[in-house]
Amino acid sequence: MLTLTHFLVLAAILFAISVLGIFLNRKNLIVLLMAIELMLLAVNFNFIAFSHYLSDTAGQIFVFFILTVAAAESAIGLAILVVLFRNMRTINVEDLGSLKG
Amino acid sequence: MNWADLNLMPALPELFMSVAILVILMLDAFISDAKRGLHYGLALLTLAGCAVLQVQTYSAVPVHTFSGMFVSDALSSLVKLAMYGSTAMVLVYSRQYIADRGLLRGEFFSLALFALLGMNIMVSASHFLSLYMGLELLSLSLYSLIALQRDEVKATEAAMKYFVLGALASGLLLYGISMIYGATGTLDLALVAKAIKLHTANDMLLVFGLVFIVAGLCFKLGTVPFHMWVPDVYQGSATAVTLMVGAAPKLAAFVFVLRILVQGMEAMVADWQAMLALVAVLSMAIGNITAIAQTNIKRMLAYSTISHMGFLLLGLLAGTPDGYAAALFYSLIYVLMSMVSFGILLGLSRAGFECETLDDLKGLNSRNSWYALLMLLTMFSMAGVPPLAGFYAKFAVIKAIVDIHLYWLAIIAVMMSLIGAFYYLRVVKNIYFDEAQDTSAIVMRADMKLVLSINAVALLVLGMLPERVIELCIQAMKQSLTVI
Repeated sequence: MLTLTHFLVLAAILFAISVLGIFLNRKNLIVLLMAIELMLLAVNFNFIAFSHYLSDTAGQIFVFFILTVAAAESAIGLAILVVLFRNMRTINVEDLGSLKG
Repeated sequence: MNWADLNLMPALPELFMSVAILVILMLDAFISDAKRGLHYGLALLTLAGCAVLQVQTYSAVPVHTFSGMFVSDALSSLVKLAMYGSTAMVLVYSRQYIADRGLLRGEFFSLALFALLGMNIMVSASHFLSLYMGLELLSLSLYSLIALQRDEVKATEAAMKYFVLGALASGLLLYGISMIYGATGTLDLALVAKAIKLHTANDMLLVFGLVFIVAGLCFKLGTVPFHMWVPDVYQGSATAVTLMVGAAPKLAAFVFVLRILVQGMEAMVADWQAMLALVAVLSMAIGNITAIAQTNIKRMLAYSTISHMGFLLLGLLAGTPDGYAAALFYSLIYVLMSMVSFGILLGLSRAGFECETLDDLKGLNSRNSWYALLMLLTMFSMAGVPPLAGFYAKFAVIKAIVDIHLYWLAIIAVMMSLIGAFYYLRVVKNIYFDEAQDTSAIVMRADMKLVLSINAVALLVLGMLPERVIELCIQAMKQSLTVI
């Protein structure tokens, strides 16, 4: 039998993977964008689990909005990535070093 | 819900702004590059129209609309008026700068207004959904504004860093919100507050959610330990965009924090007070000490922002209405100060030259003594020298924490503002006592000169007569925070 705890633990694991993906990844910006998407999906998991458990639809509606914003966000993220690649000819995270002080 | 019950009046300024943005966007497709000044005029007109509507639709009691998602109260009206004013000033200051850099395009103005719309929604939100949507509208507009300078390596790099860290912050905030939702079963701030007060919520989930929410909010405010993006974004963006990122959004972020922590979770004040105290001490210390080592003035001002946000949190963490009012006053004054300092940098920059290192300010007094005086006023105000407004703002927040007997925190705050005085005074020394390296004439548009002067003199006037504004802040807090 699946309980709320199972869902919450799964969401927490996904969330932890995505945070680690953002902080440990030193190679590729696209992986970073994927980690951000994964993070929002982990949050959606949480919302849906709670929404089902509380029999309240507000959480599921919130998920629709998060999905929409996530789509807009990745569009802007990829656009910035393309501009960055045109300027620097690389998408390696370690090469982002012109701003220092 | 019945459509006849839908009252659009409280959101009239926002609706007007949305329509105006669409008009500006459409117009962009039809007019030639030579007539881009039209957008500038239209954007200013939009802001004036919003301000008039804001005053007209003001009501003495908070009005909720859109099924309780949107509230118009004294706090939101006051802050919105300040944001219209500051955005208008940003546009005036940026006019020549963006024209010199090929940024005088419809996108610049529509993105700036979209960001303002997002801020308006954040400030007026009374539901987690509207809070989140406003925040994202602001953030997405700012990412694209920074990346608008698309041939500049530094600007695109700053946009990427801001994007990744901003998205991470939104993720943390959302994770926290989902926990609060699970614990209380509602997303409405007033109902969340009720559930927490009546102890019907799961305490462990609440505290867990609170930690994530505070982390997300600290990211958005740019306080230690989540401040890494601030210096990079300030330095990498075009100065006009830096000003846009650094002025009004701080005001919106402050009200955002106030809505969530005070209106939603005031019953947990003991929990968030401790977290914010730690964040405030670290921000003041790291912000002020790191700023000393900077040679780039935009970067220096970024670290100074971090320390100012630490001071602002002092008022917030006091947990008293006077403390909240002091923090609101601090954020208003902070916006005024950052506008003058970046305004001067914008005025000193010209086509092919960016004024961004401390050396660029050397001998400003011999080049133009009026601008030198304005910069002096701002730096003294930021350092907290009486009788300027920055002194009174610092005094008010420190008084708020002395009132709740957190003496150690007050002592640290005073010490940190002393350390901060060093690098502000170094700017003054550069302006008045060093030889100018760059002796070209300073050309500013007449409207910019006028607004900049009024802006800087306001710091002096508000420093000597702060009662009026602080009374307004206290009234706004009383009206907005008691009736929920």
